[in-house]
Amino acid sequence: MTLFDDYLLLILAVVMALGAVYVRDLFSGVLTLAAYSFFLAVLWAGLGAVDVAFTEAVVGAGLSTVFFLVALFHTSHQEKVRKPVPVRITALASLGILGFLLLFGSVDLPVVGDPESLPNKHVSANYIRNSLEDTDTPNMVTAVLADYRGFDTLGETAVIFTAGVACWMLLRRRDDSAS
Amino acid sequence: MADILLYRPHFVAFIILFLLGMYIMVVSLNLVKKLIGMYIMQTSIILFFITLAVKEDSTIPIILPSVTALTPEAYANPLPHVLMLTAIVVGVSTLGVSLAMVIALYREYNTLEEDQILEKMK
Amino acid sequence: MIRPHDSVIVHTLARVFTPIIQLFALYVLIHGHDSPGGGFQAGTLFAASVILPILAFGIQDSQVVLERRAIIFGAIGILLYAGIGLLPLILGGEFLNYGKLPIPGMEASARRHWGILGIEIGVTMAVAATAVSIFYSLSERGEGE
Repeated sequence: MTLFDDYLLLILAVVMALGAVYVRDLFSGVLTLAAYSFFLAVLWAGLGAVDVAFTEAVVGAGLSTVFFLVALFHTSHQEKVRKPVPVRITALASLGILGFLLLFGSVDLPVVGDPESLPNKHVSANYIRNSLEDTDTPNMVTAVLADYRGFDTLGETAVIFTAGVACWMLLRRRDDSAS
Repeated sequence: MADILLYRPHFVAFIILFLLGMYIMVVSLNLVKKLIGMYIMQTSIILFFITLAVKEDSTIPIILPSVTALTPEAYANPLPHVLMLTAIVVGVSTLGVSLAMVIALYREYNTLEEDQILEKMK
Repeated sequence: MIRPHDSVIVHTLARVFTPIIQLFALYVLIHGHDSPGGGFQAGTLFAASVILPILAFGIQDSQVVLERRAIIFGAIGILLYAGIGLLPLILGGEFLNYGKLPIPGMEASARRHWGILGIEIGVTMAVAATAVSIFYSLSERGEGE
């Protein structure tokens, strides 16, 4: 994917994000957020991260939009942001300084696409070389996720289950007449 | 500084999205708007990590029979992809719990605006 | 409360698409080894195939069956994952080392292949059950609604 395609998708994603926060109707904001997720998913698929793009399209743009819409449906039927967002000078100034510092620091980050950059050496190179003969799995992301880093995935599954239980305990009423 | 915009637009977009998400979380008065800002922040960090994993002239991290060499230069880096898969799913779990809290607050105070809730709490 | 939709088109399409989405979810789960996919995507697709008929036909019919029982599948999924990880520990290896699973007649790399498939099934069950359970929790009726 050429740099021009990256530029286009990045500009579209930033415009969608700005649209999602500055629109006053919350239903429209959430649907614009879904469009933003889809643009990011296309960008990541173009950058070579197909598993992440698939997961973002299904979980990010699909499931989180459903959760948002169900929550909005059951809370505020007049789903409008009533007052305009106040412009806080201290927030703008401190975030501006943070942005400048991040830009200043990004000069030292590796060039996009460099095969000799530090994140691409050491452990990842060993994973790429050894995963097929260790696990018989052509999909390296699944092999790393489920075998080399299986403990992290166990923790992640526990987090998901805990979130389900937490939502239950926050919202469901104890029905004393049920069995 | 100009070469940042020319050759690394991903980092500039990451900074814009991250700061936008953080600003909306701090400033906005509506609770669901804050959650939209949180979601934008999370996805911007995922964009940053995926950008670090890109390699030039490389293919997706699935070993295809047509690409004969098993060298690390031929495939994209799979490790940040794995970390970001976890990040996306944990992010949507956090979003589910946050929306549950917003609904519980709405049941109690019948509004989604932060200043009205603070008024009613006094 | 989510009421049934009144359009025949929505009803028919929900009936047609639900088994197709479930079949696709099963495909994504099993082909996670050879193509992009795996447990998390398949689990969310299963959850989508449960949520779609709710949006078309209303929440009342399925609420009686699924509301309290969905999270049980999540617990089964995570126990499956931890169980497949504990089995090598009991038999002398390390935790989550699928090369020491007691499957006869295979070398270590093939055992890891089947260990990965087993835990992906566990992850799918956990994610699908939790997504459906969160959906039901968010749709819970408040007082006087």
